[in-house]
Amino acid sequence: MKGKIATRDAYGEAIIELGRELKELVVLDADLSQSTKTAGFARLFPERFFNIGIAEANLMGTAAGLAAAGKIPFVSTFAVFATGRAYDQVRNSIAYPELNVKICATHAGITVGEDGASHQALEDIALMRALPGLTVLVPADAPETKQVVRAAAFHNGPVYVRLGRSEVPVINNGDYEFKLGEIRTLRPGTDVTIFACGLMVSIALVAADSLQAQGIEAQVVNAATIKPLDPEQISLAAATGAVVTCEEHSVIGGLGSAVAEILAECQPTPLERVGVKDVFGQSGPASKLLDLYQLTARDVAAAATRAVARKQP
Amino acid sequence: MVLDPELKKQLEEKARLIRQHIIRMINAAQSGHPGGSLSAVEILTALYFQIMRLDPAKPRWAERDRFVLSKGHAAPALYAALAERGFFPADKLLTLRQLGSPLQGHPDMKKVPGIEMSTGSLGQGLSCACGMALAGKLDEASWRVYALLGDGECQEGQIWEAAMAAAHYELDNLIVYLDYNRLQIDGPISTVLNPEPFPDKWRAFGWQVQTVDGHSLTEIVAATEKAQASTAKPNIIICHTVKGKGVSFMENEAGWHGKAPSDEQAVQALAELA
Ligand SMILES: Cc1ncc(C[n+]2csc(CCOP(=O)(O)OP(=O)(O)O)c2C)c(N)n1
Ligand SMILES: [Mg+2]
Repeated sequence: MKGKIATRDAYGEAIIELGRELKELVVLDADLSQSTKTAGFARLFPERFFNIGIAEANLMGTAAGLAAAGKIPFVSTFAVFATGRAYDQVRNSIAYPELNVKICATHAGITVGEDGASHQALEDIALMRALPGLTVLVPADAPETKQVVRAAAFHNGPVYVRLGRSEVPVINNGDYEFKLGEIRTLRPGTDVTIFACGLMVSIALVAADSLQAQGIEAQVVNAATIKPLDPEQISLAAATGAVVTCEEHSVIGGLGSAVAEILAECQPTPLERVGVKDVFGQSGPASKLLDLYQLTARDVAAAATRAVARKQP
Repeated sequence: MVLDPELKKQLEEKARLIRQHIIRMINAAQSGHPGGSLSAVEILTALYFQIMRLDPAKPRWAERDRFVLSKGHAAPALYAALAERGFFPADKLLTLRQLGSPLQGHPDMKKVPGIEMSTGSLGQGLSCACGMALAGKLDEASWRVYALLGDGECQEGQIWEAAMAAAHYELDNLIVYLDYNRLQIDGPISTVLNPEPFPDKWRAFGWQVQTVDGHSLTEIVAATEKAQASTAKPNIIICHTVKGKGVSFMENEAGWHGKAPSDEQAVQALAELA
C-alpha cells in the first residue's frame, strides 16, 4: 500500500490544477468549502469561486446558468444535499438541458461516520444514474480521483462525481490513466468476478487475497464509470460465471443494480450484492460502520463464496 | 424615455399578433396555459422588439442579451414572440405540444433557437439567470440578462435564495419582471398563500424595485431604461397585469390558467383581438 488519502483531498488539488489550465472553470459551494476541499481553489482564484450559501437549489441553478453562458462549473456540497435536496434542480436545470455542470459531491456513503444517517448518502448513485445523459463516476482512490475530475472537466456534458470523506488506500500509481466509460480489471481471476467502486475497490482486493488462500481465484474489476456502463465489457468480465458487486451505497439502484440489469438481460449469472441493505446508517467511526453494515473484505469474500457455490456446473 | 408614437403603435400591433398566436396555438393543441401567457404579452413584446440586443439569424451570438422565462408555462407567449421576431417561421407555432414538435409544453433550450434556458419546474429560472449574469460579470461582458417570474412562483423558496445571491453578487446586469397578475392555479395568490408585499420583500433582499402597469409598453420600456442605468443592485420591475388580458371571458379568471379554448371560444377570442 502507498498510504491513504481521502478522495475529497485529491479533488481539491485537481480543481486547482485544472483551474490553472482552464480559464472557464469556476467553482461553486454551499458553505462547505472547508469540508468539500474547494477552499483551496477559492483562495487561489477568488474571482472564479462562488459561495452560494446554504441554498443548494440555487447552487445547482446558478451553476446551470454559468454553464449556459460558457463556463465549466464544478459544484460541491455533501452528496446528500447535492442529489437529494436539489434533485429537481439537477434534473430540470442541468440534466434535461444537458448543461456542462460537474457535480462533485463529497461525504458520500456510510464512511461519513459520526454525522450519522442524515448526512450519509446511500442512494445518490441511484438518483443520479436514473437521469438521462448524466455521467456517473466513482473514483476508488486519490490518483484515480485526479484523473476522473480531469476527465469530467474535458467531457462535454453533465457529470456526477462521487467522493468520500475518509482516507482510503492508494491503489493506483501516479501514472494511472482513467478512461471514461472503461471498466478496469485490477486483478485477473477465473472463478468469480468482483465488480467494485469507490473505497470498496481496495476492500475487494483484500478479499481476493483471502479467497486465493481458499483456492478461489477472484477477478477484481474497478467500475469507476457507473454510467454509461458498457454491457459488452460487463458481460465479458462476468465470463467467470459468478459475480459479486460491492459498493458503499444501498444495494438498491447503485452499481449492483446496474450490473444486475445488464447481466439479467445479456448473460444471466449468479450475482451477490454487497452494499447497505436498504437501511439508513447511523453515527459511529467509519471503520466500525463498515463492519456493522457488512462492507468488509470478509463480507466480500463470503459473498464471493456464495456466488461460486451458485455457479452452473 | 417616452416611446415615439409610431414605435408605440408598431409594438402594440406586435402584442396584438402575439395574443392571436397564443389563442390559435393553445386552441390547436387543445392544451396549454392561456392566462399567464396573455398577461405577459407586453413584457415580452417590449423585450423582444425594443429592449433586448438580439440577432435572430445568429441565435447563439456571444454578445446577445439573454432572457429566461422562469414561469415556463407561458411558453406560448415566448414562442409567439420568438416567431414574430424571426427566430423561426410562424407556421411552426401551430405544432405546439404535438409529438415531435420543438415547441414543447415548456421551453426546451435544446430544441428551439432563441430559448436560453429550459424551464417548467417553477422557481428555478431566476437561479439560472443569476448564473448567466455572474458569467457576464466574469467576462466583463456588455450583454444583460432578463427574466420573467410569476407572482405565485414567488412562493418557491428557491426564488428567495436567488434573490439573496443576486444582491450579494451585485448583479446589476440582471433585470427581472414580475408578472403580477395576482392569480395562480387554485385562486388569488393572497388566499392560496400570500407572498406579499412584493416591493418591501424585494427591497429588503437588496433589490432596486419599480412598479409599472404591465400592459403599458411605455412604462415597461421606461422602467427598464432606469434599471439599466442602475449600478451595484439587481433590478425588479413589478408589472401589474391582468391574467388572460385581451380576452374578455378569460380576464381575471383563475379557471383560464391552464385550459384551452374550444373552437367556438377561440373564434370569439380572436374576434376580440382583431
Ligand atoms: C415546481 C412546480 N410546482 C408546480 C407547478 C405547477 N404549476 C404550473 S403553473 C402554476 C401556477 C403559477 O402561478 P404564477 O406563478 O402566478 O403564474 P401565472 O399566474 O403568471 O400563470 C403551478 C402551480 C410547476 N410547474 N412547478
Ligand atoms: Mg400569477
